[in-house]
Amino acid sequence: MTVNRRTVIKGLGVGVGMAALGAPAVKAQPKPIRVGFMTVKTGPLASGGIQMEQGLALYMKERNNILAGVPVEIVTVDSGGAPAVARTKMQELVERNQISAMIGPLSTQEALALDDYIRETKTPTLSVAAADDMTQRRANPWFVRVTSTSSQCSQVMGDYAAKELKYKRCSTIADDIAYGHEQNAGFQATFETEGGKIVQKLWPPLAVPDYGTYIAQINTKVDGMFAAFAGSNGFRFFRQFNEYGLRNKIPLLGGMTAFDESLLQQMGDDALGLLSVNYYSATIDNPSNKRFVEGMRRDYKVDPGYYAAATYTAGAVLEAALKTAGGGGDKQALMDALRNNKVEDTCRGPVAFDKYGNVIGNVYIRKVAKQDGRLVNAVIKTYENVSQFWNVKAEDFLKNPVYSRDYPPAKFLEN
Amino acid sequence: MQFWLIQTLNSIAFGGLLFLLSSGFSLIFGLMRMPNLAHGAFFMLGAYFGATFMNWGINFWIAALMAGLVVGGLGIVLERGLLRKLAGNAQGQVLVTLGVSFIIADVCLMVWTGDPVPVPAPQWARAPTFFIGYAFPTYRLVVLGVAVVAAVLLYILMERTRLGAMIRAGVDDMEMARGVGIRVSLLFMMVFLLGAALAGLGGTIGGPIMQAYPGLDQDMLPLALVVVILGGVGSLLGAFVGSFAVGFIYNFGTALFPDFAYVILFLPMVAVLVLMPQGLFAGARQ
Repeated sequence: MTVNRRTVIKGLGVGVGMAALGAPAVKAQPKPIRVGFMTVKTGPLASGGIQMEQGLALYMKERNNILAGVPVEIVTVDSGGAPAVARTKMQELVERNQISAMIGPLSTQEALALDDYIRETKTPTLSVAAADDMTQRRANPWFVRVTSTSSQCSQVMGDYAAKELKYKRCSTIADDIAYGHEQNAGFQATFETEGGKIVQKLWPPLAVPDYGTYIAQINTKVDGMFAAFAGSNGFRFFRQFNEYGLRNKIPLLGGMTAFDESLLQQMGDDALGLLSVNYYSATIDNPSNKRFVEGMRRDYKVDPGYYAAATYTAGAVLEAALKTAGGGGDKQALMDALRNNKVEDTCRGPVAFDKYGNVIGNVYIRKVAKQDGRLVNAVIKTYENVSQFWNVKAEDFLKNPVYSRDYPPAKFLEN
Repeated sequence: MQFWLIQTLNSIAFGGLLFLLSSGFSLIFGLMRMPNLAHGAFFMLGAYFGATFMNWGINFWIAALMAGLVVGGLGIVLERGLLRKLAGNAQGQVLVTLGVSFIIADVCLMVWTGDPVPVPAPQWARAPTFFIGYAFPTYRLVVLGVAVVAAVLLYILMERTRLGAMIRAGVDDMEMARGVGIRVSLLFMMVFLLGAALAGLGGTIGGPIMQAYPGLDQDMLPLALVVVILGGVGSLLGAFVGSFAVGFIYNFGTALFPDFAYVILFLPMVAVLVLMPQGLFAGARQ
């Protein structure tokens, strides 16, 4: 708790200092605004939360804390990943700091806990929380997601596995939480639509002490295995998968966070050749991304991955909206701008939004390769302007139940 | 065939890892009558320290011993610096250890960042071993070997040395132990050193399987609790049998009844608590 409180005070202190320094220079400028940034800096989710902070800090540093002519002060709070704390912290941001918009929270549980409060206070929110229904059946009008739903990327991987890799039989393994269920279901849906068969689904609990018992059950008569893991689980699973000598027997296809850039250097050369799917790769060839990757390597000595790219993209999307809306004074105008803008220049490529607030953007199939002595997720195929509904009409897609452990039903399971 | 063979090997190897984790926990619990909730954090520290020492080029086994020593030293600091001040207040002591575990977890986050740190296995143990054509990770057999050696050494320590006799006396009846002139407070420190050192050593030895990552402490602590509740508090034999029982229950349970993966460990624990509240091999007399 002390850390959290201190963080807020520090944020405020910096803000006051900046306002005082900046006052003469910005006389003719639009009114300065505050943007809340809710991240996780303590506890088991902190890895992603710290990367989110790095990505956003870098964006603000490049822009000298001025977005579209508006001086922006970022007020950072640490929710520790706990929904109840997230709710209190957001209230602080709204009531005490009077934020114009919020970037975060990180996790779906937090986003669900904030859902009502976001609607009530009409706070434009740019979150990375991936749960499909946040922008589908329970879409919140004040919510935009610049990254991907849980299933948006894995639907692409399912299609790729069937059409490009010509796989016929696949198994899946995923964390037994909604994020894993939805990623897995997305893969299954498109893979089976294209004629593939999912013959085995394994669900290790999120905090499983040992994957050995699951790895021993893996059906080896498959063309490939889709692995959807969060946090450090992808890395741990991969190490144990190697231990059992399966590395060269079954090709792994990773979900969006399974082989994240933040895990890659630790995975070592064993990881070479692994395929995965994501809305981002540090190797994307556009000027914005080059600047981003250079900055991250310079300031933090890391390659950006899923989480850092999320807030860096959020920065660009927010900047564009502030420009369109002429500042952050009018929340409705800002929200409309967030949703209606098409932003060409972000590190992940051009992005637009559907009417549910979810991003339509590029999704990349990536392969682990070595460039300049370091491991990277090199882009091998780009799917442009992918929607969260893949190639299905939104209305038809939404008639089905939300993706889950058992939907779509698996018709081809063996054993 | 493959299923039964591999899962059996998995169970035994996992049991070995659990013994390294829970023997120290059981010792402290038995003598001091309190669960040391920082035990998971000690295990995690052992994994991080081991990885760091190996990064400095230190041999795997020496790194493991050093990690054990460093964490053991920390155990002494915790016992002398904090728990001693709360002597007689078991509830307060438990809460202090919980608080210490949170502090350790966040310090680890600052020092080693949120990204997982790989703990390399010795080079020769990295390729899988083959049993009748089935691959099994060599390193897991090494862990099992270490656990057996540790069990034998602990047995000798507890049953054949003066220190062991004093510890057993303290576990059985602390008042009488004091009465016959055993310096129980010194004993507390020795046991805390030993328990924490075992956790630290176990952390490095278990590292190549588990890896070091934020949250490892919270993944391991419940396992230690389950083992000790099953086996009985303060009994080495209990910890040993409990570890392998949990290894088998966990592996076969999650494989045969995947939908019960979350409760599979706790069902037998509840049964033991109801039927034999002292555990299967109770050491402490209340």
